Amino acid sequence: MTGSLLFEAIMFLLGAIICVSIAKRLGLSSVIGYLLAGVLIGPYVLGFIGEEGEDILHFAEFGVVMMLFLIGLEIEPKNFWKMRKTILGMGGIQVAATMLLSYLLFNFLGFDWKVSLVISMAVALSSTAIAMQTIKEKGLMDTNFGTSAFSILLFQDIIVIFMLGFIPLLSTSVSTNATNTHSESSSLLESLPMGFQTLAIILSVVLIIVVGKYLIVPMLRKVAKTGVRELLIAAALLIVFGISFLMEFVGISPALGAFLGGVVLSNSEYKHELESTLEPFKNLLLGLFFMAVGASINFIVIAKSPFTIGGILIAIILIKAFVLYVTGTIFKLKLDQKLLLTFSLAQVGEFAFVLLSFAFGLNILEQEQMDMLLVITALSMAITPIISIVNERFILPKVGTKESVKRPMDHIAKSQKIILVGFGHFGSTIGRFLRSHGVEATILDHDSNRVDFLRKMGFEVYYGDATREDLLESAGIAEAKIVICATNKIAVSKAISKIIKEKYPHVELMIRTKNRYDAYELLNNGEQNIYRESLETSLVLAKDVLSKMGFRKYTLNRQVQNFIKYDEDSLRRLATETKREDAYIFKAKKELEQQEKFLNEDFKRGIVEFDNHWDSEHIREILNKSKK
Amino acid sequence: MKKVLVLFSHPNYEKSRVNKVLINHIKDIENVTVHDLYEEYPDFHIDVKFEKELLNTHDIIIWHHPFYWYSCPPLMKQWIDMVLEFNWAYGPEGKALHNKICLNAITTGGSKEVYCSEGYNSFTVAQFLRPFEQTANLCGMNYLPPFAVMGTHNLSDEKLERYKLNYGKLIDLLKSDLLLNNVEQTSFINDYPQLKNE
Repeated sequence: MTGSLLFEAIMFLLGAIICVSIAKRLGLSSVIGYLLAGVLIGPYVLGFIGEEGEDILHFAEFGVVMMLFLIGLEIEPKNFWKMRKTILGMGGIQVAATMLLSYLLFNFLGFDWKVSLVISMAVALSSTAIAMQTIKEKGLMDTNFGTSAFSILLFQDIIVIFMLGFIPLLSTSVSTNATNTHSESSSLLESLPMGFQTLAIILSVVLIIVVGKYLIVPMLRKVAKTGVRELLIAAALLIVFGISFLMEFVGISPALGAFLGGVVLSNSEYKHELESTLEPFKNLLLGLFFMAVGASINFIVIAKSPFTIGGILIAIILIKAFVLYVTGTIFKLKLDQKLLLTFSLAQVGEFAFVLLSFAFGLNILEQEQMDMLLVITALSMAITPIISIVNERFILPKVGTKESVKRPMDHIAKSQKIILVGFGHFGSTIGRFLRSHGVEATILDHDSNRVDFLRKMGFEVYYGDATREDLLESAGIAEAKIVICATNKIAVSKAISKIIKEKYPHVELMIRTKNRYDAYELLNNGEQNIYRESLETSLVLAKDVLSKMGFRKYTLNRQVQNFIKYDEDSLRRLATETKREDAYIFKAKKELEQQEKFLNEDFKRGIVEFDNHWDSEHIREILNKSKK
Repeated sequence: MKKVLVLFSHPNYEKSRVNKVLINHIKDIENVTVHDLYEEYPDFHIDVKFEKELLNTHDIIIWHHPFYWYSCPPLMKQWIDMVLEFNWAYGPEGKALHNKICLNAITTGGSKEVYCSEGYNSFTVAQFLRPFEQTANLCGMNYLPPFAVMGTHNLSDEKLERYKLNYGKLIDLLKSDLLLNNVEQTSFINDYPQLKNE
């Protein structure tokens, strides 16, 4: 049945569509859905996909590269520099301690010291794909946990270069295993002595920065000018492929290179276009990657020695979890953040596939050892999302920042309940102003530090993901009069809007939006109370400019009011026009078209007519006219 | 049946005992529109077009406001400034308000006695209201004497109750066009026989 490319593609897609939608319906992470789909269509259950699953795995690893490129796009160089201590500190401790403990474990189990060393290297590395996908899905990237996890993963990406350089030194045999398909012999680094290797790495990093600034951005500018959309997609892919090729050529992890490339381009005007162009590719490839991991779980190897494998798997996860927990403690993470970190990075990651087969190719590992470790790696990746669920549903609610805290009995529930989602810069101002009127909003936030602080200040706070219906329910959405979405994440607002429309139509939703495009979307979803954060403030500034130029303040005030009304009207009118446009439209071009439309409308409206109130000149004119 | 527009201006309505009672009593009467200016235009940005439409569709205009510093609150003056436009409300072409009926409904802290040449306010309420009277005249409206709830500082609940009922009765009379001709000669419309308190 297998063999036909088309057939396999259909199986992968079908598996993904069915399993992921089931997982999502059950409130599970999409990663579990993909893994399950992989197991199902893999060689040991339904058998639709054969041994080629491993090749697919290597192809799909490209999804990880794209993901890191996209993450890089969101981190500006400045912020990246600020993270250097966490990257080196947390990452260093985690890798060193995990390696030490797992080396001792495998040595104790009777493995040769070289084998133990190689295995400990592989074990120390976690899965960027699984961890980051889950973190992004839950919107936890900007929490302490998110940055810590990301720092550790980044450090692992860096350290893997040195591991790959070090492993050949362990090899005593001259001949390499013939079956080895992933030899890095094409790598430039190996042929150079250590000092030059470092130099080559530094040079290639510099090359990425220079090329990014002086070659890629001008290229994108040219491409954008042509107005042909698929060219931009081609250009985006070219950037990622190019960086990966360069990195593999010098022997650095392509993911790391892609991340750097992303950071370099994060300041450019094409950031958003690159993001929206690569996003679908990344998601599909990552899905494919997870499915391939699922499909590569070798159930025959498991069946041969289930207890050994189970035992080692548990031991490895415990070691990794322990080290992560201690690392979190050293860096003073709060208990719940620490637990999140512990459980989300406790797996052996995709780098293990590379390291292990590399070491196998150099005759350090035996076939049997490699098979066993590959299974353990795949299993540990598959287990992570399940452990995370256990953590979130059963452990987290009881420790650290609790999902909710019972208020003292004397608290009289206000008859008109307000729920405030997000207590960042925007939400906190709302909360403070409401409180100054004796209105205590129930707050939902996913930053546990903030939640603890707010609880100390006496607010009623629920901790967690506001798009979870059960959390909204326990926050009392059923009795709420108004829900305020003060987050700038349109996805969160849309999810809440959907829940309210379906289940709680009596609740009024008031939403902050970043810009008019988000406002269009919400308007077209039938939301009415939309507050663009960019409207009032910019007009106040413009008003002050005109005032400094000599315009009178009261008149300007009145004109600002007029302008707001005029702009709100045009927003509502244009919202219906954007309904029909497709989702992946060339964003910058669209923005320009819109600006053109506004400027044209402004032009038609002319320079604001100053009205005739308090203007005796106007009356004199009319009177003189009628006299004649 | 005529239509009554109550242009209510009170910057601190939530704290006003008397006006709450009065407004609550009349706000649901048929053919009466209570237009709460401070609620509609908290930033004093009056929608002139809308206000003109309101005026066009009503026959009786009541300026209902507390009598602050012998006059109306600032938003009501703003309303007069902006809505009563030249060549719409007055001027050679301005006939939009012709023959409508207009009056003030006011609340004062001081009693009736202090509003006279011997009292410490030196002038009568009617004298203080001259600008409003002339505004109405210039716009071709029939200006009636004010409905006044006075001495609100010491007003008992029973008396307030009577004022409230009288205010309602007044509006009913205005709606049905039943006020007699001589009403212009009383200094307070409260003194009109059918609305007398005692």
